[in-house]
Amino acid sequence: MMVNLYPIKEFRLPVVAECINPDVFHGKSLKEIERLGVWEGNKQKTLGELFKIEEIKTESAAETTVITINGDASRVRHIGAGMKGGEIVVKGDAGMHLGEEMHGGKITVYGNVLGWAGSMMKGGTIEIHGNAGDYLGAPYRGSTEGMKGGKIIVHGNVGREAGAHMWKGIIKIYGCAGQFAGFRMHGGTIYVQKDCETRVGACMVDGTIVVGGHLESVMPTFTIEGLRKRVKIEEGEVVEAPFYLFIGDLTENGHGRLFVAKEPNPHLSHYEKFL
Amino acid sequence: MELLVKNGFIYDPINGVDGEKMDIAIKDGKIVKKVNERKAKKIDASGMVVMPGGVDIHSHIAGGKVNAGRLLRPEDHFKDFERKTAVTRSGVGYSIPSTFTTGYRYARMGWTTVMDPAMPPLEAKHTHEELSDIPIIDKASYPLLGDWWFVLEYLRDGKIEECARHVAWMIKATKGYAIKLVNPGGLEAWGFGRNVESIDNPVPNFGISPREIIRGLCKVNKLLNLPHTIHVHTNNLGKPGNYTTTLETLKCVEDLADDDKPAIHITHCQFSAFKGDDWRTFESGAEEIANYVNAHSHVTMDMGQVIFTDTTTMTADGPFQYILYTLSGNKWVNHDVETETSAGIVPFHYKRKSYVHATQWSIGLELALLIKDPWKILMTTDHPNGGPFIAYPRIVAWLMSRKSREATLKKINPKARSRSLLSSIDRELSFYEIAIVTRAGQAKALGLKNKGHLGVGADADIAIYNFNPETMDPSRKYKAVRRAFKRAAYTIKGGQVVVKDGEVQKHINGATMWLDVQLCEPCEMELNEEMQRRFKEYWTVEFENYPVSEDYLAISSPITVKADV
Repeated sequence: MMVNLYPIKEFRLPVVAECINPDVFHGKSLKEIERLGVWEGNKQKTLGELFKIEEIKTESAAETTVITINGDASRVRHIGAGMKGGEIVVKGDAGMHLGEEMHGGKITVYGNVLGWAGSMMKGGTIEIHGNAGDYLGAPYRGSTEGMKGGKIIVHGNVGREAGAHMWKGIIKIYGCAGQFAGFRMHGGTIYVQKDCETRVGACMVDGTIVVGGHLESVMPTFTIEGLRKRVKIEEGEVVEAPFYLFIGDLTENGHGRLFVAKEPNPHLSHYEKFL
Repeated sequence: MELLVKNGFIYDPINGVDGEKMDIAIKDGKIVKKVNERKAKKIDASGMVVMPGGVDIHSHIAGGKVNAGRLLRPEDHFKDFERKTAVTRSGVGYSIPSTFTTGYRYARMGWTTVMDPAMPPLEAKHTHEELSDIPIIDKASYPLLGDWWFVLEYLRDGKIEECARHVAWMIKATKGYAIKLVNPGGLEAWGFGRNVESIDNPVPNFGISPREIIRGLCKVNKLLNLPHTIHVHTNNLGKPGNYTTTLETLKCVEDLADDDKPAIHITHCQFSAFKGDDWRTFESGAEEIANYVNAHSHVTMDMGQVIFTDTTTMTADGPFQYILYTLSGNKWVNHDVETETSAGIVPFHYKRKSYVHATQWSIGLELALLIKDPWKILMTTDHPNGGPFIAYPRIVAWLMSRKSREATLKKINPKARSRSLLSSIDRELSFYEIAIVTRAGQAKALGLKNKGHLGVGADADIAIYNFNPETMDPSRKYKAVRRAFKRAAYTIKGGQVVVKDGEVQKHINGATMWLDVQLCEPCEMELNEEMQRRFKEYWTVEFENYPVSEDYLAISSPITVKADV
């Protein structure tokens, strides 16, 4: 089953649409999908009132449900929250809490995404071709139960606190990352291909962070462990370049591993005398 | 307005009514002998259980640390929220619900009177502001006086009568209901980074022991004729091997009891019934405590039952909360309230598969089932320390049904299961006994004359549950019991139907009860002068701003007490 959604107007108020989820759409007729409840500001609306919906029936019923949003959904929150399977494609921007507590399936966004994408994610894949906001893959405020599995790929830049409280899974950022990437991380991998702002890995206990670009400074609570010729990001992806390896965060008795590329960071060369 | 509840199965233990089919007549918020049948609004309770409105002797629902807990835990609320309806206001829930939600959720379960058990006197105004905001239920608060400098000084000098006058003034000034002692002496020691190890360990800088504080305040309580006994959170709470401290605490006031009247209330006893030398050899000490309580009449207790869930622990016991923080590594708040008390907050997740947590779960139920007299052991979770109060229906089911206990036993840590006494206990509480542990016993222990019963003259606080004890067996149909208690068919508060079929029908304000302790001779002037001098020296608050005046309470309900001093 394939469903196309077209926003019928430019949303001025936040729209909370947890129902945009392949598991919810699965097996429903067009009429039923149109009647699903959403919130626009403090008013309860139906999905049909906010989106023009097209259903394209495919031949086999067993095939995965694919939802495509064509247009600007940057004010539409909770797209794909809690989804277990199927696919969502957003041809435009997406709003906050995209794929929150997602267990499986795939979300692809050909645009930018606001904060908390993949928050508390447990499985599945999110691929963002534009930029992502703050708290990528981080838990809700106050919680320590961050990302527990799955994969997030961002081709643009991300905001602050990407992968905070992460326990498992992988976040790959092919652009730059903001401050506090991997804050209080317990496991998993974060790869930042380009530059990274400071305080990366603050209070991390375990896990791996790889910075391929410029990093202004490493936190003083990290200690240098050695030089590595290459770093493996995941199965089939290895970065062939010299990296400094730091261990920390020592204030938390942590043994997290922070790899920082040597070439873009000549200002870190003074660490070499401790080796 | 007149109201008639017809044909329900009435459980009213204070008046000895055990499941008889009767009508209850209500007029002007009180229970009366009869009303005009034609005029009165009728509620058909046939095939339903009718009980007095629930009473909770110990539940942290308001005050400085409850609010600090709300701020500390945004993640606690974000999945559990309630939208506003035509009659109710919006709010958030789970382990530390907002004020409105607290009132609605208690009312939905049929509870109508709740006691907030720990009010630092300095934060009395804050506590009363929150209590005034909690809808529907009646409430009161106990000021923390076990580590109060003046009390320690009077007791050190052996001035019991002066101490009693001072406590009387404090209870009036804070608009409190009972004397609360939390880790007596330990909190004062915590101000210097220390704790007391036993009830005979001296309190630093005061040369007085917890034993003297407990005995002294027990005597003060008697001199003032307060309706409730002293309300004690024991020393060494939450440490393996602490059941001996609890027994010593109980023994130390044995000689102060009159006849059969209780002299001490040990609160959330589950946390004070640990055996073993450390967490590895940790065991239940419920049997020893139950044996003692079965042989003595001067004690009442409440359970402090643990629920397997993510909750927030908060007590005035700063040193204990510090230990809990080091054990869990969670975020925490710790606070020293000037010369008065301390406080601590740590989020905590009780897990089925943890040996210690599962044993704690077992201890609470063992206490409730091994203590033969239900008037002595009351049902609480020490909300939110053992779990949020919305878990009461589950505890009722565990107490009423062996099958329900076994279903949970199957899921817990195997070592805890094999050591638990629960599998050897056959006792199942009847509705009559449940009415005692959830309302009648609580009201009696609190000395509330108009609550917890359905006799003529009582407040018309009534809970009606949709469970037919004639056709259904609560021991087998425990899930139906749970459903019935989760959503009361009707809750009547002060003669008004506030809940129907588990939905709130009306937002009304509940009263705040406090004790107006009247001394034999006025001595306020002398007291004030002495206190004013000390306030200038030690407090950050001016003496004039300290007492809570009566107009501060939304609905004030003073209870006059005549003291012997």
